[in-house]
Amino acid sequence: MMPLDHGTIVAFAKSWGLFYLIAMSVGVMVYALWPSNRTRFDRAKTSILDKDDKPWS
Amino acid sequence: MVSNLTMTERRLAVVILIVLSLVGLTMSVAGRADLMGTQGFIVLAFSVGLAFVVMSDFYSPTPDPKRLERYFDDPTKAGIVLSMIWAVIGMFVGVWVAALLAWPDLTFDAAWASFGRLRPVHTSGVIFGFGGNALIATSFHVLQRTSQGGLPDQLSPWFVLIGYNLFCVVAASGYLIGVTQSKEYAEPEWYADIWLVIVWVVYFLIYIRTLARRKEPHIYVANWYYMAFILVVAVLHIVNNLAVPVSFGHAKSYSLFSGVQDAMTQWWYGHNAVAFFLTAGFLGMMYYYLPKRAGRPIYSYRLSIISFWGITFMYMWAGSHHLHYTALPQWVQTLGMTFSLVLLVPSWASAGNALATLNGAWHKVRDDATLRFMMVAAVFYGLATFEGSFMAIRAVNSLSHYTDWTVGHVHAGALGWVAMITFGSIYALVPWMWKREAMYSPKLVEVHFWLALSGTIIYVFTMWNSGIIQGLMWRTYNESGTLAYSFIDSVSAMHPYYIARTFGGLLFLLGAAVGLYNVLMTIRASRMELAQAEGDADIPLVATARAVQPGE
Ligand code: HEM
Ligand code: HEM
Repeated sequence: MMPLDHGTIVAFAKSWGLFYLIAMSVGVMVYALWPSNRTRFDRAKTSILDKDDKPWS
Repeated sequence: MVSNLTMTERRLAVVILIVLSLVGLTMSVAGRADLMGTQGFIVLAFSVGLAFVVMSDFYSPTPDPKRLERYFDDPTKAGIVLSMIWAVIGMFVGVWVAALLAWPDLTFDAAWASFGRLRPVHTSGVIFGFGGNALIATSFHVLQRTSQGGLPDQLSPWFVLIGYNLFCVVAASGYLIGVTQSKEYAEPEWYADIWLVIVWVVYFLIYIRTLARRKEPHIYVANWYYMAFILVVAVLHIVNNLAVPVSFGHAKSYSLFSGVQDAMTQWWYGHNAVAFFLTAGFLGMMYYYLPKRAGRPIYSYRLSIISFWGITFMYMWAGSHHLHYTALPQWVQTLGMTFSLVLLVPSWASAGNALATLNGAWHKVRDDATLRFMMVAAVFYGLATFEGSFMAIRAVNSLSHYTDWTVGHVHAGALGWVAMITFGSIYALVPWMWKREAMYSPKLVEVHFWLALSGTIIYVFTMWNSGIIQGLMWRTYNESGTLAYSFIDSVSAMHPYYIARTFGGLLFLLGAAVGLYNVLMTIRASRMELAQAEGDADIPLVATARAVQPGE
């Protein structure tokens, strides 16, 4: 068993920290660029324009 | 505004204020031998004063249930006015602090007016008072419009806005009497910190509850930024302020961290305060008000998502660039430096996205000072982030650290980005909120714009100049290998720059004062039009047909 000291945490941060950030960025890119999401995003960006100033309408 | 609350909400408001005044009373009794006593009296006076406001309207008729079919904008309106008032206060103190550096006698021998006490009044006044109120006000507006749903209840938004301002008042008055935790941007002591946690949790719950009831399936990107702002500020605030008070009757507390851990925690907080208070929330503003005002959708929605996650995840690791050449392990400094450099990519993606949105609408930017505020904000955002990434490089930081270059960078971001995007958004929002075609005076918006822009340019250029001169003077050696200039030489070399900076700041302050006047006059004009409209309706159409006889 490795003792849980400064060195262990540094090793963990330097290895897994890198992997999770890479996985995160890949995930975000896939979500943002996924072709079928395009319609949703286009709707979202135009939906804020020309809205009545009333809820639930 | 109280008259829009239901009877239950009014009763609850009174209960909250009674509890709060009891807290104030307890603080002033338990802390009577300490500065905390004075802070207690402020809490007491604040809550009793507000209780009078609620009571005076307590028995006004209950509101029309039809109001629930409209958005709930009262707290947004109050927040806009509070934000502009704090802007004038915070910037007035900023000009004072700037003047102190040029003419140190301006403390008038009063302890409360010393540099060390006024400076945090400036930083908290502008960041939390001006910026925070603007963020709360606009977030309620954007949240409701983009989810097409009203806020879940009427009391909790008021609790957040007023509770937050109580925090600001306790903070600023505390600095003047000498209360401080000596952590930059986290100066308020433990009791104020606990209060802010309560307010902030309610704020977050409002967001979640409104989103849960939304009609619009997709959550618009501006809300992501506002939510990141709320959530991360909560985490930062709680962790950095973990402290043990000397006793429950003492204002003073001691941090749970010490040494280099304390420094790293503080600058992890400090840098993410820049990222999530001064950047994420204001990006939320930009992603809503800029497209709205320009009448064009954001250039690339995909890019806005990618830059959101980029900013959110990269900023977290950049804090150590504030601690180059310290006891912090070298690899942590390098990590901070590297992430700061990569951070430029999502930052410029946001700035570029904003400018590309305006591409094709440049004639609007030319004619409309409100949109021009937002355009200039995007440019300065690009500039400040480029500069920041550059200053994060260890070798560059060895020149810039401790100098006015840092202060120049701060205000390129604070004046050029934070204040400009806020003013632009407020000028867009005020006519919508008070149902008018435009601001009371579009000319004064134009005047404000030029005052703000020239003030920013003067401020930033003088600080770049003085900062680099300072840095170079501190590292110039003569033939015998000793320093060529004494420290005091570098201080006197700064004198002309400090005068120029004070002047630039004064212009910026004047602009903010013009803005406050314009907002207040717009509100007045809207009230008068409303009164007029009601008055008109009361005049019979055949008024002149017959003279009214006395005694009829
Ligand atoms: C009228 C305009 C303003 C003037 C004249 C002004 C002046 C100053 C001065 C003299 C300092 C102290 C610098 C030092 O210690 O050497 C300072 C610090 C600071 N100001 Fe301002 N300021 C203004 C507006 C603003 C605004 C609008 C913001 C934020 C939105 C802001 C944020 C800050 C911050 C964060 C610091 C601390 C900087 C650091 O520690 O490096 N200021 N300001
Ligand atoms: C990519 C973005 C950015 C990076 C990498 C960055 C980097 C830096 C660096 C290296 C420093 C100097 C630290 C030192 O020598 O002590 C600094 C200070 C500062 N920056 Fe930035 N910056 C960025 C964006 C911004 C923006 C947009 C704002 C503001 C609105 C801002 C506000 C500040 C403040 C307030 C300080 C002074 C902190 C203090 O010492 O009190 N930064 N930044």
